Amino acid sequence: MNANRWIRWVWPAVPIAGALVVTSLLLFFFGAAPLEAFQAMYDGAFGDQAKTLSVLAFWVPLLLAGTGLLVTFKAGLWNIGIEGQIVMGAIAASWVALRMEAPSAVLITVEILAAMLAGALWAALSAVLKTRGNVHEIFSGLALNSIAIIFTNYLISGPWQPPEGGTFRGTAPFQPGALLPLYENSRFSPLSLLLAAIAFTLVVIALRGTFWGLKLKAIGQNLRSAFLLGVSSEREMILAMMLCGALAGLGGAVRTLSWFDSLRQSISGGIGFMALLVVMLANYRMFLVPPIALFFSAVLSGSITLQLRTQLHSSLGGILTELMVLFVLLFGDWKKLGVFRKKDDDG
Amino acid sequence: MRIELRDIRKYFGPVKANDGISLVLEGGRIYGLLGENGAGKSTLMKILSGYQPPDSGDILFDDQVQNFSSPKVALGKGVGMLYQDPLDVPPFTVNDNYLLGRDNRVVLDYKSAIQELQEMTSRFSFELDLQSNIEDLSLGERQQLELARLLVGGAQVLILDEPTTGISAEQKDVLFDSIRKLAFEEGKTVILVSHKLEEVQELCGEGMVLQKGKLVGKTELPCPNEKLVEMMFGQVPERGERTEFPLGQPVLGLVDLHVTTYRLSIRDVDLTLQQGEVFGLAGLEGSGQRILLQACAGLLHPDHGKILLSGQDVTGLQYHRMQDKGVGYAAAGRLEEGLIEGLTLAEHVELAKPKHRFFIDRSQLNTTTESKIDQFQIVGRPDSTADELSGGNQQRLLFALLREKLKLILLEHPTRGLDVRSSNWIWDQLYQRREDGTAILFMSADLDEIFERSDRIAVFSGGVMSRVLETKNTSVDEIGHLIGGQA
Amino acid sequence: MDSSPLVLTLASIILASTPLIIAVCGEILTERSGIVNLSLDGTMLMSAMTGFVVAFETDNVWLGFLGAMGVGAFFAFIVAFGSIRLRQSQFAIGFVLTLLGDDLSAFLGQNYTRIPGPVVQHYAIPILKDIPIIGPIFFNQNVIVYFAYILVFVTWFWLFRTQPGLRLRSAGDRPEAGFARGVGINFQRYLYTIIGGGLVGVAGASYSLNIKIGWAEGLTRGFGWIALAIVIFGGWSPIRGMFGALLFGATKALATYLQRTFPEVSVVAFNAIPWVLMILVLLLVGSDFTERVITVAPKSLRRPLQRFLKISPPQALGSTFVED
Repeated sequence: MNANRWIRWVWPAVPIAGALVVTSLLLFFFGAAPLEAFQAMYDGAFGDQAKTLSVLAFWVPLLLAGTGLLVTFKAGLWNIGIEGQIVMGAIAASWVALRMEAPSAVLITVEILAAMLAGALWAALSAVLKTRGNVHEIFSGLALNSIAIIFTNYLISGPWQPPEGGTFRGTAPFQPGALLPLYENSRFSPLSLLLAAIAFTLVVIALRGTFWGLKLKAIGQNLRSAFLLGVSSEREMILAMMLCGALAGLGGAVRTLSWFDSLRQSISGGIGFMALLVVMLANYRMFLVPPIALFFSAVLSGSITLQLRTQLHSSLGGILTELMVLFVLLFGDWKKLGVFRKKDDDG
Repeated sequence: MRIELRDIRKYFGPVKANDGISLVLEGGRIYGLLGENGAGKSTLMKILSGYQPPDSGDILFDDQVQNFSSPKVALGKGVGMLYQDPLDVPPFTVNDNYLLGRDNRVVLDYKSAIQELQEMTSRFSFELDLQSNIEDLSLGERQQLELARLLVGGAQVLILDEPTTGISAEQKDVLFDSIRKLAFEEGKTVILVSHKLEEVQELCGEGMVLQKGKLVGKTELPCPNEKLVEMMFGQVPERGERTEFPLGQPVLGLVDLHVTTYRLSIRDVDLTLQQGEVFGLAGLEGSGQRILLQACAGLLHPDHGKILLSGQDVTGLQYHRMQDKGVGYAAAGRLEEGLIEGLTLAEHVELAKPKHRFFIDRSQLNTTTESKIDQFQIVGRPDSTADELSGGNQQRLLFALLREKLKLILLEHPTRGLDVRSSNWIWDQLYQRREDGTAILFMSADLDEIFERSDRIAVFSGGVMSRVLETKNTSVDEIGHLIGGQA
Repeated sequence: MDSSPLVLTLASIILASTPLIIAVCGEILTERSGIVNLSLDGTMLMSAMTGFVVAFETDNVWLGFLGAMGVGAFFAFIVAFGSIRLRQSQFAIGFVLTLLGDDLSAFLGQNYTRIPGPVVQHYAIPILKDIPIIGPIFFNQNVIVYFAYILVFVTWFWLFRTQPGLRLRSAGDRPEAGFARGVGINFQRYLYTIIGGGLVGVAGASYSLNIKIGWAEGLTRGFGWIALAIVIFGGWSPIRGMFGALLFGATKALATYLQRTFPEVSVVAFNAIPWVLMILVLLLVGSDFTERVITVAPKSLRRPLQRFLKISPPQALGSTFVED
């Protein structure tokens, strides 16, 4: 076989292996045997049913956020504000849960709709700032993330503080009827997985099969040509952001209504940023998003067990995933490295 | 200083930008470098000023071979280039901009900068506010500053690239006076790269014409404009056989149209196009034709005046509304303005359709695309991406994407870079559209094309549109005069 | 009088703003050369951790700062290398590094959390410290505080009054022009991204060795993003950036003060002020609003008004430059 082709085939594994090697070295320096550590992580993720359910529970909002980001990345947008959209979704769901009295099914429906609406509106703000005010979505997104988190802190320490006094940790637990039905004693809600699966399917159909998806692709590739071909970019950009925001908001609702039982200070837990990593590692290929998201949640859940067994900090899981993304970004495209390339073949 | 270029070659892939050019330039003279777009003028000048190395060939100063690794080195050896778009830093103040890269001292020496600038500006009677920022200056003033900078930097050879585009008549006179002074009093070599024959005639002592990367002619100036036009565009043949087509109702009406852009404004355009008419806009690149086309397409909006489409006032309508009203526009930059890298042919066809369903019907789309591919003889499959196509096929795709039954088609360089067979084929397609009552307004750098294809012609020069000429009653001489800017 | 609550508060605002001021200066240098180093939040955490650990192990704060500087420069180098040499998205790389720095600092620093360590010594400047009011606020601090203020001035001077500063800015504003005048654009970008990263490192360490003494997971979390915001609302100018950082410190102090005075009202919302300001400034930068204000103003006022109001990002910020 041609050596070049062989490298091309094997190359994608190289950055991943690099990340594993660096992580192993870290473990080694901290006096842990890497293999045992990875075993601990595996056990922590899939060791028993409770752990697996916990991985699933973490996976669902991550998948929702990643699904939303597929839409914005398709349109060429860097929706770093997704973190804030998750938070606003959680706030809206909490608001309904705290203030509304209704049968459980109605309550949950309203909570979810409110969360999606809040996420979508928060995202629309970023989008309009971009199309009308020329503000880059990364910077408006960062600001809106912080504002959303500050708003949460305000609610927790102010109007929504539990009767026994504000602790800055969270609101009082919601009425039981407001929470998503959970699978046995876990934090995993099958309903949320169903919603995520529906969302993912719809997004895949929208991006692959509809005219709207095609327009997003055109905008993301070349704004000027898309315009000349008749695509109005402003409307589609705002819609793309809103769809992403709605899914992120839904993810926030899932966090607050199943992972927790109240609005917490760190309600998102960094899921929005993690979802950005997932989509970057998937290199924007849709069907890689669910497995990579599952892998990420397994690694993160597993690192908690790692901490219990080896007394090493649980951030190791994050390090592993982030190194993978970093190495794939830097070295994933071996053509760009120019190591094996003749210097003058691009003219 | 005597400059010699020996057998300069520079290829970009298959394109031979410079294909063995040899030239000798003497001190104390002003040269005009002419040629249509893509003839290789810019490439040659970039090589001479150190921006690009040639693939082969030598540059000799007083018989010494030079090796320019960067523009800075070239300026050190005495070659300075003044760009059409001055290479200055807009947010800087005049002083900062002047001092950038001038020396290697750490702390800036404003005192001597101001002194040198004042000396220069008074020597050439430039009137400049040295306290302002570059971005607040006019294009002409920025050029004057660049010129001053190059001269202080020790330029013996000055290359001026389209220096009069976008500057006022007074600034032009000031510039030309200083150029003459530099050449005749100080013995510098000046090369003027220009499209404007009139200016070249006025200023230069010798004209050199490039065509397709080769030097095709040299002449003492001034000489008759027709001679230059002939050298630039080749022999313009008598008008070929072209089927007459009965013209119908007025489609496009332009009334006293004024459009302003940063670089150039067009003024007082009055024009009526009838159904089935083909109207050609001649003129050198950047004289205002493109602005007119974009104004008709709704991409630029007039300061005043009216645009009528089939008698209806459409002034100020946005591009997408104009599309819906039956105006089609195909820009010159295929992969920048029109086609989208990474999208397939089928996806392009779908995007360009006037009406859409929510879901894309893939099988039907494939059928439609196949038939377009057949009809427009595109070498490619429905799932090939636009960037995989050759230039000619990209152009065909661009035409395939124009909607059916248009009232008006606006085209920039419809056959640029295409071979004769493809060009003929494209024009056959365009002529067929006349049956629908479509009028065609196009611009081209190719005079042959304009003569051969248009019913009527107008020539742009410096933003002013000439009187309208009937193709059958005009001649190369007349067009040559108009292109050169003579009424 | 010198130790009145107001004076003490002002002095504490000055102290608390120093790391931000240093980080802002660093990032301004980087962005002025045309590169966005988005990784500030992670870089600061890493360098805060490194600074403390090195200082703790060597019992020398200055070695701590040196180590922190190295880490900051290394993270910045990855951003520069990835975007210049490998032509990857600066945002993507910076973003991943942000998260990586957060987790990595937590992991590497896990054995050093919440233990006392060396601290930058207080150093009152003789004579100056005795000036009423100003003395205790500005000159009764420590060396890092003085360094921050000198840095603001030096950065400003370097950027706007020196030849190297012109070269640096040309790389961010119009690389083609800089290149034509012999400026190595990518060299400038590497250089100032790395220097800027080093300064961000110093900023991180000045948290762990000066302000929030010691190391704890997430010690400086959020401050990197705030520094990025201040760079923008300071209009890429070190002096305005300094005021931005002080304003930020002041709003925080004001919030704390109000909370103490009116415990029944939640004033957490004050923390949102810098972010709201950031969006407003970005809107000003992006829209033609300032242009309109300037054209309406009387002629004699236009130029000073323009100098004051006009904030424009480096024109080539975030774009790649190919020398051929």
